[in-house]
Amino acid sequence: MDILNAFVLLFNFVVIPGLTYGCQLALGALGVTLIYGILRFSNFAHGETMAFGTMAVILFTWLLQGWGVSLGPVPTALLALPVGILCAILLLLVSDKLVYKFYRKQKSTPVIYLIASLGVMFFYNGLIRFVIGPDDRIFTDGERFIFTARQFKEATGLEQGMSFKMTQGITVFVTVICVAALFWFLTKTRTGKSMRAYSDNEDLALLSGINPDRVVMIAWILTAALATIAGTLYGLDKSFKPFTYLQILLPIFAAAIVGGLGSPLGAIAGGFVIAFSEVFVTFAYKRVLGYLLPESLEPSGLVQLLSTDYKFAVSFAILVIVLLVRPTGIFRGQSI
Amino acid sequence: MSINMRNISMFAVMAVLFVIVGQLQSWSLSLAILNLCLISAIMALGVNIQWGYAGLLNVGVMGFAALGGVAGVLISTPPVPGAWEAGGGLMLMALVCFLITIALIIFAYAKLRGRARVWSITIIGIIGYFIARSFFDPAVDAIERFDSAATGFLGGLGMPIIFSWFVGGLLAAGAAWLVGKISLGLRSDYLAIATLGISEIIIAMMKNEDWLTRGVKNVIGLPRPVPYEVDIQQSEYWQGIAQSWGMSIIDLSSIVVKLSYAYLFTIVLLFVLYLSEKALNSPWGRMMRAIRDNETAAEAMGKDVKGRHLQVFILGSAVIGIAGAMLTTLDGQFTPASYQPLRFTFLIWVMVIVGGSGNNWGAVLGGFVIWFFWIEAEPMGLWLMDALTSGLAEDSPLREHLLKSAAHMRLMTMGIILLLVLRFTPRGLIPEK
Repeated sequence: MDILNAFVLLFNFVVIPGLTYGCQLALGALGVTLIYGILRFSNFAHGETMAFGTMAVILFTWLLQGWGVSLGPVPTALLALPVGILCAILLLLVSDKLVYKFYRKQKSTPVIYLIASLGVMFFYNGLIRFVIGPDDRIFTDGERFIFTARQFKEATGLEQGMSFKMTQGITVFVTVICVAALFWFLTKTRTGKSMRAYSDNEDLALLSGINPDRVVMIAWILTAALATIAGTLYGLDKSFKPFTYLQILLPIFAAAIVGGLGSPLGAIAGGFVIAFSEVFVTFAYKRVLGYLLPESLEPSGLVQLLSTDYKFAVSFAILVIVLLVRPTGIFRGQSI
Repeated sequence: MSINMRNISMFAVMAVLFVIVGQLQSWSLSLAILNLCLISAIMALGVNIQWGYAGLLNVGVMGFAALGGVAGVLISTPPVPGAWEAGGGLMLMALVCFLITIALIIFAYAKLRGRARVWSITIIGIIGYFIARSFFDPAVDAIERFDSAATGFLGGLGMPIIFSWFVGGLLAAGAAWLVGKISLGLRSDYLAIATLGISEIIIAMMKNEDWLTRGVKNVIGLPRPVPYEVDIQQSEYWQGIAQSWGMSIIDLSSIVVKLSYAYLFTIVLLFVLYLSEKALNSPWGRMMRAIRDNETAAEAMGKDVKGRHLQVFILGSAVIGIAGAMLTTLDGQFTPASYQPLRFTFLIWVMVIVGGSGNNWGAVLGGFVIWFFWIEAEPMGLWLMDALTSGLAEDSPLREHLLKSAAHMRLMTMGIILLLVLRFTPRGLIPEK
């Protein structure tokens, strides 16, 4: 029984949060890696793109709530998601036309793109704060839990409870659908194949008649959709605050690099690697050990490897190890 | 000659702007902006050394500046003997354990090969971590419990704060060495991301390691290198001057203090600028630019590209660290929560790009122009919004929202300025020669 309790405890505080966070990071990292694969630069404005999409979703959610529309137990934000995605697509396509297109024509080095993306980031940041302000916004509604800790305890008779939040369930569900759709698109459709060809070898792709403008446009559209979904899921699960989207940039980049920049599969793997290491390292194992060890050996401290304030340090440490050992990432993305 | 006249006139315009602010708003404000302009100019010089000379992308300016700030605390605050008695010994033990672990890892790295190396390093790391933690945790506990309302940290060395400028440079250089060793020689983006990471970690440490920096409880009342306003107000000499000039003694004292800061900062700025110019126009500077413009060719000529990059990265970070320590000196307090990436990293980048990357004078001008407008954009934006919305009713919600968010306009403006300069005059206000 103790072993089961320890297992449930771990599942509740490590596996489920890690899984949700991993999904959010994976979706974010997919956007970074797509832009990297097609346009060949690290997009520093990605965090702000996520925040912008989420902001659009929040505004539309409020409108829907004002009209009295709701999805019952599921958050209304899901209904507003397509509108948010459309807004983000519009924003990214306009930015591409006004900013990045010029550097593409010039065949600038990636560093120039990167600095341009810093400028774009500044602009988005101001825009978001201008429209919705810098404060915390909570826009979750509907049921809070799919099942609560109490229901779980009553059903199983265990001492430890396990809860599964609605937002966590939705995160996993939506991520699975998105990833499946994306991979179907990249491997089965003509446009998707042409994108992969362009990413693998630009010259050969151009030679075989692939229209580069179209490929770039599709890449931005996909990025906008992924970023909005990732941002909304993150905002639903935690809360929406513009500043946190600036901070999440580091784990997202770490995830993309760990998996291998430019490799979609790598971005997903990297997202989960980063998320689970963060949760594993910052979890306090005292109670788990209390179940597993005899009473005399029970630890007095929290048995926490690192305090939660240092979760950035975890993504950074993994990033460093990957850069030192295998700079191309797990899935051998484009590098060096 | 014509170019030179142009540059001088741009600095002259800047000076006129300070006079206008001094006349219209107040001289005290004008000098306060000037002091921060001087510090920003030094930070921009640091970034320019990295980006302009060598094309290295440092997105962690905030972290290096914050390390300079920590130096301010560690050098100038008086030591706390009680805290040292309570946990100093244990803390030193933890430090010794940590150093031994690092030494063993380096030893294992040098002596072993293959799988044995990976395993031994992992095992040494884990064991060393737990032994160090077993000293570190009780030490932190003891130190932070000691009179936590007033101190709760080890304190510093109690030396004049000026020394911290030097130490801040050293600390930042050390961090830069670590980051550079890891990420230089790989793609240019990797350095950017690694510096972004290290700066977040440095800030997280400052917020949480209360035993070292008091964390979010802040360290206030750092000693000053210049006289205090109160002392000036009480001295008969200054009272006499204030009377003869027809100024209130309070205004005069604040101006005198700010002028003394400006004097100190100008000396540092001129010193750094002189060295940067000397370096840029030396064979070393030409080599750096050659490496920047064509790494492969430079490598073929036998230049150690990675080594030079590491060197220039460390130098630039040290300059940023010095500026960070100066900023803490000016504020007279250390507040980890005030380090924001938008303000400390990206704004400095705007300064360098707008001023003219690769040109030291350009970086200085950029520092002045951008900081000036960063401060003045707020009243200007508010005035603009007020004018634009004057047609709306006094209590219309739209007008209220717009007026309230006018402060965020400047972020947008900075983004637009950066993008416009990058696109239309990528060489900046004062182009590289």
